[in-house]
Amino acid sequence: MNGVGEEVTHRTVERVARESYGRLVAYLSVHTHDLAGAEDALSEALLKALTAWPRDGVPQNPEAWLLTTARHSLIDFFRHQRVASASEPDLQIFARSSTEAAMETNYPDERLKLLFVCAHSAIDPAMHTPLMLQAVLGLDAVRIGGAFLVQPKTMGQRLVRAKTKIRDGGIRFEVPEKRELPARLDAVLEAIYAAFGIGWDDMAGADQRGRGLAEEAIWLARVLLQLMPGEPEIQGLLALMLHCEARRRARRGPNGRYIPLSEQDPKLWSVPLTEEAERHLAEAFQRGRMGRFQLEAAIQSAHAERARGGRTDWPAIVLFYEQLLRLSPALGTIVSYAAAVAEANGPEAGFAVLEAIKREDAANYQPYWAVRAHILQRLGKTQDAGEAFDRAIGLAEDPAVREFLLQKRG
Amino acid sequence: MQFALLIYESAEAFESRKSDGTDAYTGAWRAYYKAMIEAGVYIGGDPLEVPETGTTIKITEEKRGVQDGPYADTKEQLGGFTILELPSLDEALEWAARCPAAAYGAVEVRPLAPQTKRRIVE
Repeated sequence: MNGVGEEVTHRTVERVARESYGRLVAYLSVHTHDLAGAEDALSEALLKALTAWPRDGVPQNPEAWLLTTARHSLIDFFRHQRVASASEPDLQIFARSSTEAAMETNYPDERLKLLFVCAHSAIDPAMHTPLMLQAVLGLDAVRIGGAFLVQPKTMGQRLVRAKTKIRDGGIRFEVPEKRELPARLDAVLEAIYAAFGIGWDDMAGADQRGRGLAEEAIWLARVLLQLMPGEPEIQGLLALMLHCEARRRARRGPNGRYIPLSEQDPKLWSVPLTEEAERHLAEAFQRGRMGRFQLEAAIQSAHAERARGGRTDWPAIVLFYEQLLRLSPALGTIVSYAAAVAEANGPEAGFAVLEAIKREDAANYQPYWAVRAHILQRLGKTQDAGEAFDRAIGLAEDPAVREFLLQKRG
Repeated sequence: MQFALLIYESAEAFESRKSDGTDAYTGAWRAYYKAMIEAGVYIGGDPLEVPETGTTIKITEEKRGVQDGPYADTKEQLGGFTILELPSLDEALEWAARCPAAAYGAVEVRPLAPQTKRRIVE
Protein backbone atom coordinates (compact mmCIF):
# COMPACT_ATOMS: atom_id res chain seq x y z
CA MET A 1 0.00 0.00 0.00
CA ASN A 2 1.51 3.33 -0.95
CA GLY A 3 0.43 6.87 -0.30
CA VAL A 4 -0.78 7.55 -3.81
CA GLY A 5 -2.84 4.36 -4.00
CA GLU A 6 -4.37 5.15 -0.66
CA GLU A 7 -5.36 8.58 -1.80
CA VAL A 8 -6.93 7.23 -4.99
CA THR A 9 -8.88 4.73 -2.90
CA HIS A 10 -10.02 7.46 -0.53
CA ARG A 11 -11.25 9.50 -3.44
CA THR A 12 -13.04 6.53 -5.00
CA VAL A 13 -14.74 5.69 -1.71
CA GLU A 14 -15.77 9.31 -1.30
CA ARG A 15 -17.12 9.51 -4.84
CA VAL A 16 -19.07 6.26 -4.60
CA ALA A 17 -20.38 7.29 -1.18
CA ARG A 18 -21.57 10.62 -2.50
CA GLU A 19 -23.21 9.25 -5.62
CA SER A 20 -24.67 6.06 -4.21
CA TYR A 21 -25.31 6.81 -0.54
CA GLY A 22 -29.04 7.48 -0.81
CA ARG A 23 -29.67 4.65 -3.25
CA LEU A 24 -27.88 2.18 -0.98
CA VAL A 25 -29.57 3.37 2.22
CA ALA A 26 -32.96 3.32 0.49
CA TYR A 27 -32.44 -0.17 -0.84
CA LEU A 28 -31.06 -1.50 2.46
CA SER A 29 -33.90 -0.05 4.53
CA VAL A 30 -36.92 -0.51 2.28
CA HIS A 31 -37.77 -3.98 3.66
CA THR A 32 -36.52 -3.60 7.23
CA HIS A 33 -37.73 0.00 7.74
CA ASP A 34 -34.58 0.37 9.82
CA LEU A 35 -32.85 3.51 8.58
CA ALA A 36 -30.30 3.65 11.39
CA GLY A 37 -29.39 0.01 10.78
CA ALA A 38 -28.97 0.60 7.06
CA GLU A 39 -26.81 3.66 7.68
CA ASP A 40 -24.64 1.82 10.19
CA ALA A 41 -24.21 -1.12 7.83
CA LEU A 42 -23.24 1.21 5.01
CA SER A 43 -20.74 3.13 7.17
CA GLU A 44 -19.20 -0.17 8.15
CA ALA A 45 -18.97 -1.20 4.50
CA LEU A 46 -17.33 2.12 3.62
CA LEU A 47 -14.79 1.61 6.40
CA LYS A 48 -14.03 -1.89 5.14
CA ALA A 49 -13.57 -0.51 1.65
CA LEU A 50 -10.83 1.77 2.95
CA THR A 51 -8.74 -1.24 3.99
CA ALA A 52 -9.82 -3.79 1.37
CA TRP A 53 -9.61 -1.69 -1.79
CA PRO A 54 -5.99 -0.51 -1.44
CA ARG A 55 -5.03 -4.16 -0.75
CA ASP A 56 -7.13 -5.94 -3.38
CA GLY A 57 -7.70 -3.13 -5.83
CA VAL A 58 -10.91 -1.15 -6.33
CA PRO A 59 -13.63 -3.61 -7.39
CA GLN A 60 -15.08 -3.39 -10.87
CA ASN A 61 -18.43 -2.36 -9.46
CA PRO A 62 -17.73 -0.51 -6.20
CA GLU A 63 -21.41 0.12 -5.53
CA ALA A 64 -22.31 -3.58 -5.75
CA TRP A 65 -19.36 -4.39 -3.46
CA LEU A 66 -20.62 -1.91 -0.86
CA LEU A 67 -24.14 -3.25 -1.16
CA THR A 68 -23.06 -6.85 -0.65
CA THR A 69 -20.80 -5.95 2.27
CA ALA A 70 -23.45 -3.81 3.95
CA ARG A 71 -26.08 -6.50 3.42
CA HIS A 72 -23.85 -9.09 5.09
CA SER A 73 -23.35 -6.96 8.17
CA LEU A 74 -27.10 -6.26 8.31
CA ILE A 75 -27.90 -9.97 8.19
CA ASP A 76 -25.26 -10.64 10.86
CA PHE A 77 -26.79 -7.95 12.97
CA PHE A 78 -30.24 -9.49 12.64
CA ARG A 79 -28.92 -12.93 13.59
CA HIS A 80 -27.20 -11.52 16.66
CA GLN A 81 -30.29 -9.70 17.68
CA ARG A 82 -32.35 -12.89 17.31
CA VAL A 83 -35.11 -10.80 15.93
CA ALA A 84 -38.60 -11.40 17.19
CA SER A 85 -40.34 -13.99 15.06
CA ALA A 86 -42.76 -11.35 13.81
CA SER A 87 -40.04 -9.70 11.75
CA GLU A 88 -38.57 -12.97 10.43
CA PRO A 89 -40.54 -12.87 7.18
CA ASP A 90 -39.26 -9.36 6.57
CA LEU A 91 -35.70 -10.49 7.01
CA GLN A 92 -36.25 -13.39 4.65
CA ILE A 93 -37.68 -11.17 1.97
CA PHE A 94 -34.79 -8.85 2.49
CA ALA A 95 -32.13 -11.55 2.34
CA ARG A 96 -33.66 -13.11 -0.76
CA SER A 97 -34.13 -9.91 -2.69
CA SER A 98 -30.65 -8.76 -1.75
CA THR A 99 -29.09 -11.96 -2.99
CA GLU A 100 -30.81 -11.49 -6.29
CA ALA A 101 -29.85 -7.88 -6.41
CA ALA A 102 -26.22 -8.54 -5.66
CA MET A 103 -25.98 -10.45 -8.94
CA GLU A 104 -27.24 -7.45 -10.77
CA THR A 105 -25.50 -4.20 -11.12
CA ASN A 106 -28.85 -2.50 -11.42
CA TYR A 107 -30.66 -2.85 -8.14
CA PRO A 108 -33.94 -0.96 -7.86
CA ASP A 109 -33.81 2.72 -6.95
CA GLU A 110 -35.95 3.06 -3.84
CA ARG A 111 -35.03 6.64 -3.06
CA LEU A 112 -38.49 7.95 -3.90
CA LYS A 113 -40.00 5.80 -1.14
CA LEU A 114 -37.28 7.00 1.20
CA LEU A 115 -38.02 10.67 0.42
CA PHE A 116 -41.72 10.12 1.13
CA VAL A 117 -40.87 8.36 4.41
CA CYS A 118 -38.63 11.23 5.54
CA ALA A 119 -41.42 13.74 4.93
CA HIS A 120 -44.19 11.56 6.36
CA SER A 121 -46.94 13.35 8.27
CA ALA A 122 -46.30 11.18 11.35
CA ILE A 123 -42.82 12.69 11.65
CA ASP A 124 -42.30 16.12 13.21
CA PRO A 125 -42.19 18.52 10.21
CA ALA A 126 -39.05 20.16 11.65
CA MET A 127 -37.27 16.81 11.20
CA HIS A 128 -38.26 16.19 7.56
CA THR A 129 -35.30 18.07 6.11
CA PRO A 130 -32.67 16.79 8.59
CA LEU A 131 -33.81 13.20 7.96
CA MET A 132 -33.56 13.65 4.20
CA LEU A 133 -30.13 15.22 4.42
CA GLN A 134 -28.90 12.33 6.52
CA ALA A 135 -30.62 9.37 4.89
CA VAL A 136 -30.35 10.44 1.25
CA LEU A 137 -27.15 12.47 1.27
CA GLY A 138 -25.31 11.07 4.26
CA LEU A 139 -24.69 14.43 5.99
CA ASP A 140 -23.77 14.15 9.66
CA ALA A 141 -25.53 15.70 12.64
CA VAL A 142 -22.81 18.34 13.05
CA ARG A 143 -23.36 19.74 9.56
CA ILE A 144 -27.15 19.50 9.78
CA GLY A 145 -27.20 21.02 13.28
CA GLY A 146 -25.12 23.94 12.03
CA ALA A 147 -27.50 24.61 9.17
CA PHE A 148 -30.55 24.60 11.45
CA LEU A 149 -29.00 26.28 14.51
CA VAL A 150 -29.41 23.22 16.69
CA GLN A 151 -26.77 21.65 18.94
CA PRO A 152 -25.18 18.72 17.09
CA LYS A 153 -25.87 16.42 20.04
CA THR A 154 -29.53 17.44 20.15
CA MET A 155 -29.85 17.08 16.38
CA GLY A 156 -28.35 13.60 16.64
CA GLN A 157 -30.88 12.62 19.32
CA ARG A 158 -33.78 14.03 17.31
CA LEU A 159 -32.64 12.06 14.26
CA VAL A 160 -32.41 8.86 16.28
CA ARG A 161 -35.90 9.43 17.67
CA ALA A 162 -37.35 10.05 14.21
CA LYS A 163 -35.70 6.90 12.84
CA THR A 164 -37.04 4.84 15.73
CA LYS A 165 -40.50 6.10 14.89
CA ILE A 166 -40.02 5.15 11.26
CA ARG A 167 -38.89 1.66 12.25
CA ASP A 168 -41.48 0.97 14.95
CA GLY A 169 -44.34 3.26 14.01
CA GLY A 170 -45.68 1.32 11.03
CA ILE A 171 -44.78 3.99 8.51
CA ARG A 172 -44.91 2.37 5.10
CA PHE A 173 -42.10 2.60 2.61
CA GLU A 174 -44.15 3.31 -0.46
CA VAL A 175 -45.01 5.87 -3.07
CA PRO A 176 -48.36 7.32 -1.95
CA GLU A 177 -51.52 6.59 -3.90
CA LYS A 178 -52.83 9.15 -6.34
CA ARG A 179 -55.40 10.45 -3.87
CA GLU A 180 -52.77 11.24 -1.26
CA LEU A 181 -50.01 12.19 -3.62
CA PRO A 182 -50.39 15.99 -3.89
CA ALA A 183 -50.27 16.57 -0.13
CA ARG A 184 -47.48 14.06 0.42
CA LEU A 185 -45.42 15.46 -2.43
CA ASP A 186 -45.92 18.94 -1.02
CA ALA A 187 -44.29 17.87 2.24
CA VAL A 188 -41.31 16.47 0.32
CA LEU A 189 -40.94 19.71 -1.66
CA GLU A 190 -41.23 21.84 1.48
CA ALA A 191 -38.49 19.80 3.12
CA ILE A 192 -36.17 20.21 0.16
CA TYR A 193 -36.84 23.95 0.03
CA ALA A 194 -36.14 24.22 3.75
CA ALA A 195 -32.64 22.88 3.10
CA PHE A 196 -32.13 25.63 0.55
CA GLY A 197 -33.00 28.31 3.08
CA ILE A 198 -35.14 31.25 2.33
CA GLY A 199 -34.06 33.53 -0.47
CA TRP A 200 -35.62 36.91 0.16
CA ASP A 201 -34.08 38.08 -3.02
CA ASP A 202 -36.70 40.62 -3.99
CA MET A 203 -36.70 42.49 -0.67
CA ALA A 204 -33.77 44.80 -0.16
CA GLY A 205 -32.13 44.32 3.22
CA ALA A 206 -34.14 41.27 4.20
CA ASP A 207 -31.84 38.82 5.90
CA GLN A 208 -31.28 35.83 3.69
CA ARG A 209 -31.16 32.75 5.79
CA GLY A 210 -29.21 30.57 3.47
CA ARG A 211 -28.31 27.38 5.21
CA GLY A 212 -25.20 26.60 3.23
CA LEU A 213 -27.02 23.62 1.79
CA ALA A 214 -28.10 25.12 -1.55
CA GLU A 215 -26.18 22.53 -3.58
CA GLU A 216 -27.63 19.70 -1.53
CA ALA A 217 -31.16 21.03 -1.97
CA ILE A 218 -30.77 21.37 -5.73
CA TRP A 219 -29.33 17.87 -5.90
CA LEU A 220 -32.33 16.50 -3.94
CA ALA A 221 -34.76 18.27 -6.27
CA ARG A 222 -32.95 16.81 -9.27
CA VAL A 223 -33.15 13.30 -7.79
CA LEU A 224 -36.84 13.79 -7.10
CA LEU A 225 -37.50 15.02 -10.64
CA GLN A 226 -35.60 12.09 -12.07
CA LEU A 227 -37.85 9.75 -10.06
CA MET A 228 -41.07 11.62 -10.90
CA PRO A 229 -40.39 13.14 -14.31
CA GLY A 230 -42.70 15.86 -15.55
CA GLU A 231 -44.20 16.70 -12.13
CA PRO A 232 -44.82 20.45 -12.47
CA GLU A 233 -44.29 21.46 -8.84
CA ILE A 234 -40.94 19.67 -8.71
CA GLN A 235 -39.87 21.56 -11.80
CA GLY A 236 -41.23 24.74 -10.21
CA LEU A 237 -39.15 24.21 -7.08
CA LEU A 238 -36.06 23.40 -9.11
CA ALA A 239 -36.59 26.51 -11.26
CA LEU A 240 -37.02 28.67 -8.13
CA MET A 241 -33.80 27.43 -6.55
CA LEU A 242 -31.82 27.64 -9.79
CA HIS A 243 -32.90 31.28 -10.29
CA CYS A 244 -31.75 32.17 -6.77
CA GLU A 245 -28.54 30.19 -7.19
CA ALA A 246 -27.82 31.95 -10.51
CA ARG A 247 -27.50 35.25 -8.62
CA ARG A 248 -25.07 34.03 -5.99
CA ARG A 249 -22.08 35.87 -7.44
CA ALA A 250 -23.99 39.13 -7.94
CA ARG A 251 -25.23 39.24 -4.36
CA ARG A 252 -21.90 40.31 -2.92
CA GLY A 253 -19.73 43.21 -4.02
CA PRO A 254 -16.09 43.88 -3.30
CA ASN A 255 -15.22 43.35 0.40
CA GLY A 256 -18.28 41.14 0.77
CA ARG A 257 -20.66 44.09 0.57
CA TYR A 258 -24.34 43.08 0.32
CA ILE A 259 -26.01 44.03 -2.96
CA PRO A 260 -29.81 43.88 -3.10
CA LEU A 261 -31.47 42.38 -6.17
CA SER A 262 -32.50 45.73 -7.65
CA GLU A 263 -28.88 46.91 -7.64
CA GLN A 264 -27.31 43.68 -8.88
CA ASP A 265 -25.48 43.62 -12.18
CA PRO A 266 -27.47 41.13 -14.30
CA LYS A 267 -24.31 40.36 -16.25
CA LEU A 268 -23.06 38.56 -13.16
CA TRP A 269 -26.05 36.21 -13.10
CA SER A 270 -25.20 32.72 -14.30
CA VAL A 271 -26.61 32.26 -17.80
CA PRO A 272 -26.67 28.42 -17.79
CA LEU A 273 -28.47 28.28 -14.43
CA THR A 274 -31.00 30.93 -15.46
CA GLU A 275 -31.65 29.16 -18.77
CA GLU A 276 -32.09 25.84 -17.04
CA ALA A 277 -34.52 27.46 -14.59
CA GLU A 278 -36.55 28.94 -17.45
CA ARG A 279 -36.66 25.60 -19.26
CA HIS A 280 -38.04 23.82 -16.18
CA LEU A 281 -40.58 26.54 -15.55
CA ALA A 282 -41.80 26.54 -19.17
CA GLU A 283 -42.22 22.76 -19.09
CA ALA A 284 -44.06 22.96 -15.77
CA PHE A 285 -46.48 25.60 -17.08
CA GLN A 286 -47.32 23.37 -20.05
CA ARG A 287 -48.89 20.81 -17.71
CA GLY A 288 -51.50 23.38 -16.73
CA ARG A 289 -51.40 22.58 -13.00
CA MET A 290 -50.36 25.76 -11.20
CA GLY A 291 -48.85 25.50 -7.74
CA ARG A 292 -46.97 27.38 -5.07
CA PHE A 293 -43.46 26.67 -6.28
CA GLN A 294 -44.27 27.45 -9.91
CA LEU A 295 -45.62 30.83 -8.79
CA GLU A 296 -42.52 31.54 -6.70
CA ALA A 297 -40.36 30.58 -9.66
CA ALA A 298 -42.44 32.80 -11.94
CA ILE A 299 -41.70 35.75 -9.64
CA GLN A 300 -37.98 35.04 -9.86
CA SER A 301 -38.32 34.64 -13.62
CA ALA A 302 -39.89 38.11 -13.79
CA HIS A 303 -36.85 39.47 -11.96
CA ALA A 304 -34.55 37.62 -14.37
CA GLU A 305 -36.12 39.61 -17.20
CA ARG A 306 -33.59 42.34 -16.41
CA ALA A 307 -30.80 40.09 -17.73
CA ARG A 308 -32.49 40.16 -21.12
CA GLY A 309 -32.45 43.94 -21.13
CA GLY A 310 -36.00 44.27 -19.92
CA ARG A 311 -37.34 46.08 -16.89
CA THR A 312 -38.74 44.45 -13.80
CA ASP A 313 -42.45 43.96 -14.42
CA TRP A 314 -43.72 44.83 -10.93
CA PRO A 315 -47.45 44.67 -11.79
CA ALA A 316 -46.94 41.09 -13.04
CA ILE A 317 -45.03 40.23 -9.84
CA VAL A 318 -47.90 41.66 -7.77
CA LEU A 319 -50.35 39.39 -9.62
CA PHE A 320 -48.18 36.32 -8.99
CA TYR A 321 -48.05 37.18 -5.29
CA GLU A 322 -51.83 37.55 -5.19
CA GLN A 323 -52.23 34.05 -6.62
CA LEU A 324 -49.62 32.79 -4.19
CA LEU A 325 -51.47 34.33 -1.22
CA ARG A 326 -54.64 32.54 -2.26
CA LEU A 327 -52.72 29.24 -2.03
CA SER A 328 -50.87 29.93 1.22
CA PRO A 329 -51.03 33.22 3.12
CA ALA A 330 -47.67 32.77 4.87
CA LEU A 331 -46.17 35.77 6.68
CA GLY A 332 -43.14 35.80 4.37
CA THR A 333 -45.39 35.92 1.32
CA ILE A 334 -47.44 38.84 2.67
CA VAL A 335 -44.27 40.81 3.43
CA SER A 336 -42.85 40.13 -0.05
CA TYR A 337 -46.21 41.12 -1.50
CA ALA A 338 -46.10 44.44 0.39
CA ALA A 339 -42.64 45.15 -1.06
CA ALA A 340 -43.87 44.38 -4.59
CA VAL A 341 -47.02 46.49 -4.15
CA ALA A 342 -44.86 49.41 -2.98
CA GLU A 343 -42.86 49.15 -6.19
CA ALA A 344 -45.89 48.73 -8.46
CA ASN A 345 -48.42 51.10 -6.88
CA GLY A 346 -46.43 53.37 -4.60
CA PRO A 347 -45.33 53.27 -0.95
CA GLU A 348 -48.80 54.14 0.49
CA ALA A 349 -50.31 51.02 -1.08
CA GLY A 350 -47.41 48.89 0.13
CA PHE A 351 -47.71 50.31 3.64
CA ALA A 352 -51.41 49.44 3.74
CA VAL A 353 -50.53 45.78 3.07
CA LEU A 354 -48.01 45.82 5.93
CA GLU A 355 -50.48 47.45 8.31
CA ALA A 356 -52.86 44.53 7.84
CA ILE A 357 -50.28 42.23 9.48
CA LYS A 358 -50.74 41.77 13.23
CA ARG A 359 -47.77 43.38 14.94
CA GLU A 360 -47.18 40.46 17.33
CA ASP A 361 -46.92 38.04 14.41
CA ALA A 362 -44.06 40.04 12.95
CA ALA A 363 -42.31 41.19 16.14
CA ASN A 364 -39.12 39.19 15.53
CA TYR A 365 -39.49 38.75 11.80
CA GLN A 366 -36.55 40.56 10.20
CA PRO A 367 -37.87 40.89 6.60
CA TYR A 368 -41.00 42.65 7.90
CA TRP A 369 -38.90 45.36 9.56
CA ALA A 370 -36.61 45.73 6.55
CA VAL A 371 -39.53 46.26 4.18
CA ARG A 372 -41.30 48.53 6.65
CA ALA A 373 -38.18 50.66 7.00
CA HIS A 374 -37.79 51.09 3.25
CA ILE A 375 -41.43 51.97 2.71
CA LEU A 376 -41.49 54.48 5.60
CA GLN A 377 -38.34 56.05 4.25
CA ARG A 378 -39.96 56.47 0.85
CA LEU A 379 -42.96 58.05 2.59
CA GLY A 380 -40.62 60.58 4.16
CA LYS A 381 -41.35 59.42 7.71
CA THR A 382 -37.73 59.53 8.78
CA GLN A 383 -38.16 58.87 12.47
CA ASP A 384 -40.48 55.88 12.10
CA ALA A 385 -38.22 54.58 9.35
CA GLY A 386 -35.21 54.86 11.67
CA GLU A 387 -36.96 52.78 14.31
CA ALA A 388 -37.91 50.11 11.79
CA PHE A 389 -34.33 50.08 10.44
CA ASP A 390 -33.06 49.51 13.97
CA ARG A 391 -35.33 46.51 14.41
CA ALA A 392 -34.29 45.11 11.02
CA ILE A 393 -30.61 45.59 11.90
CA GLY A 394 -31.03 44.12 15.38
CA LEU A 395 -32.76 41.01 14.03
CA ALA A 396 -30.39 40.42 11.10
CA GLU A 397 -27.87 37.61 11.20
CA ASP A 398 -25.79 38.49 8.18
CA PRO A 399 -23.23 41.21 9.01
CA ALA A 400 -23.27 42.42 5.38
CA VAL A 401 -27.03 42.92 5.54
CA ARG A 402 -26.61 44.79 8.84
CA GLU A 403 -24.06 47.10 7.31
CA PHE A 404 -26.25 47.72 4.26
CA LEU A 405 -29.19 48.65 6.48
CA LEU A 406 -27.03 50.85 8.70
CA GLN A 407 -25.98 52.80 5.61
CA LYS A 408 -29.55 53.08 4.29
CA ARG A 409 -30.70 54.25 7.68
CA GLY A 410 -28.28 57.15 7.50
CA MET B 1 -35.84 29.76 31.16
CA GLN B 2 -32.91 32.09 31.43
CA PHE B 3 -29.86 31.87 29.25
CA ALA B 4 -26.58 33.72 29.34
CA LEU B 5 -25.01 34.69 26.05
CA LEU B 6 -21.28 34.85 26.68
CA ILE B 7 -19.80 37.20 24.13
CA TYR B 8 -16.32 36.38 22.90
CA GLU B 9 -14.75 39.13 20.85
CA SER B 10 -11.77 39.50 18.58
CA ALA B 11 -9.04 42.10 19.10
CA GLU B 12 -10.60 44.19 16.30
CA ALA B 13 -13.97 44.15 18.00
CA PHE B 14 -12.36 45.36 21.21
CA GLU B 15 -10.71 48.14 19.21
CA SER B 16 -14.15 49.52 18.37
CA ARG B 17 -14.55 50.43 22.04
CA LYS B 18 -12.30 53.39 21.31
CA SER B 19 -14.59 54.82 18.62
CA ASP B 20 -17.16 57.55 19.13
CA GLY B 21 -20.02 55.09 18.66
CA THR B 22 -20.65 55.76 14.99
CA ASP B 23 -18.84 52.63 13.77
CA ALA B 24 -20.84 49.78 12.23
CA TYR B 25 -20.15 47.31 15.06
CA THR B 26 -21.43 49.63 17.76
CA GLY B 27 -24.39 50.57 15.56
CA ALA B 28 -25.23 46.88 15.15
CA TRP B 29 -25.06 46.37 18.92
CA ARG B 30 -27.37 49.34 19.54
CA ALA B 31 -29.95 47.83 17.14
CA TYR B 32 -29.53 44.35 18.60
CA TYR B 33 -30.12 45.65 22.12
CA LYS B 34 -33.27 47.45 20.96
CA ALA B 35 -34.58 44.34 19.23
CA MET B 36 -34.12 42.30 22.44
CA ILE B 37 -35.92 44.95 24.50
CA GLU B 38 -38.79 45.18 22.00
CA ALA B 39 -39.11 41.39 21.95
CA GLY B 40 -39.39 41.43 25.74
CA VAL B 41 -36.62 38.86 26.21
CA TYR B 42 -33.87 41.03 27.72
CA ILE B 43 -33.11 40.53 31.42
CA GLY B 44 -29.74 42.19 31.75
CA GLY B 45 -26.12 42.20 30.80
CA ASP B 46 -23.06 44.34 30.41
CA PRO B 47 -19.98 44.74 28.33
CA LEU B 48 -16.64 44.16 30.08
CA GLU B 49 -13.56 46.32 29.83
CA VAL B 50 -10.85 45.06 27.45
CA PRO B 51 -9.06 41.83 28.48
CA GLU B 52 -5.79 43.62 29.27
CA THR B 53 -7.52 45.26 32.23
CA GLY B 54 -8.23 41.89 33.80
CA THR B 55 -6.38 40.46 36.80
CA THR B 56 -6.64 36.80 37.63
CA ILE B 57 -6.27 35.39 41.14
CA LYS B 58 -5.59 31.73 41.81
CA ILE B 59 -4.72 30.28 45.19
CA THR B 60 -2.94 26.95 45.31
CA GLU B 61 -1.63 25.29 48.47
CA GLU B 62 -1.46 28.43 50.53
CA LYS B 63 0.26 30.26 47.72
CA ARG B 64 -1.41 33.29 46.25
CA GLY B 65 -1.04 33.67 42.54
CA VAL B 66 -1.82 36.88 40.73
CA GLN B 67 -1.69 37.04 36.99
CA ASP B 68 -1.94 40.04 34.69
CA GLY B 69 -4.70 39.76 32.13
CA PRO B 70 -7.54 37.31 31.60
CA TYR B 71 -7.62 33.72 32.87
CA ALA B 72 -7.88 31.98 29.51
CA ASP B 73 -5.30 32.72 26.86
CA THR B 74 -7.47 32.46 23.77
CA LYS B 75 -7.65 34.39 20.51
CA GLU B 76 -11.15 35.64 21.24
CA GLN B 77 -11.75 36.94 24.72
CA LEU B 78 -14.80 37.32 26.90
CA GLY B 79 -16.10 40.80 26.18
CA GLY B 80 -19.44 40.81 27.91
CA PHE B 81 -22.61 38.90 28.63
CA THR B 82 -26.32 39.18 28.07
CA ILE B 83 -29.03 37.37 30.00
CA LEU B 84 -32.25 36.52 28.18
CA GLU B 85 -35.55 34.97 29.22
CA LEU B 86 -36.71 32.53 26.53
CA PRO B 87 -38.90 29.44 26.23
CA SER B 88 -36.11 27.11 25.09
CA LEU B 89 -32.59 26.72 23.78
CA ASP B 90 -33.87 26.92 20.19
CA GLU B 91 -34.85 30.57 20.64
CA ALA B 92 -31.65 31.30 22.56
CA LEU B 93 -29.57 30.02 19.66
CA GLU B 94 -31.55 32.23 17.27
CA TRP B 95 -30.83 35.30 19.37
CA ALA B 96 -27.18 34.29 19.63
CA ALA B 97 -26.97 34.05 15.83
CA ARG B 98 -28.27 37.62 15.58
CA CYS B 99 -25.67 38.90 18.03
CA PRO B 100 -23.18 41.14 16.19
CA ALA B 101 -20.27 39.33 17.88
CA ALA B 102 -21.30 35.99 16.33
CA ALA B 103 -19.96 37.09 12.95
CA TYR B 104 -16.64 38.38 14.31
CA GLY B 105 -15.96 36.32 17.40
CA ALA B 106 -18.19 33.73 19.00
CA VAL B 107 -21.22 33.61 21.25
CA GLU B 108 -21.61 30.83 23.78
CA VAL B 109 -25.10 30.08 25.01
CA ARG B 110 -25.32 28.71 28.56
CA PRO B 111 -28.47 28.15 30.59
CA LEU B 112 -28.42 29.77 34.01
CA ALA B 113 -28.49 27.25 36.88
CA PRO B 114 -31.30 28.39 39.19
CA GLN B 115 -31.31 25.13 41.19
CA THR B 116 -27.65 25.46 42.03
CA LYS B 117 -28.28 29.05 43.01
CA ARG B 118 -31.14 28.04 45.29
CA ARG B 119 -28.86 25.56 47.07
CA ILE B 120 -26.39 28.35 47.67
CA VAL B 121 -28.75 31.16 48.52
CA GLU B 122 -31.11 29.30 50.85
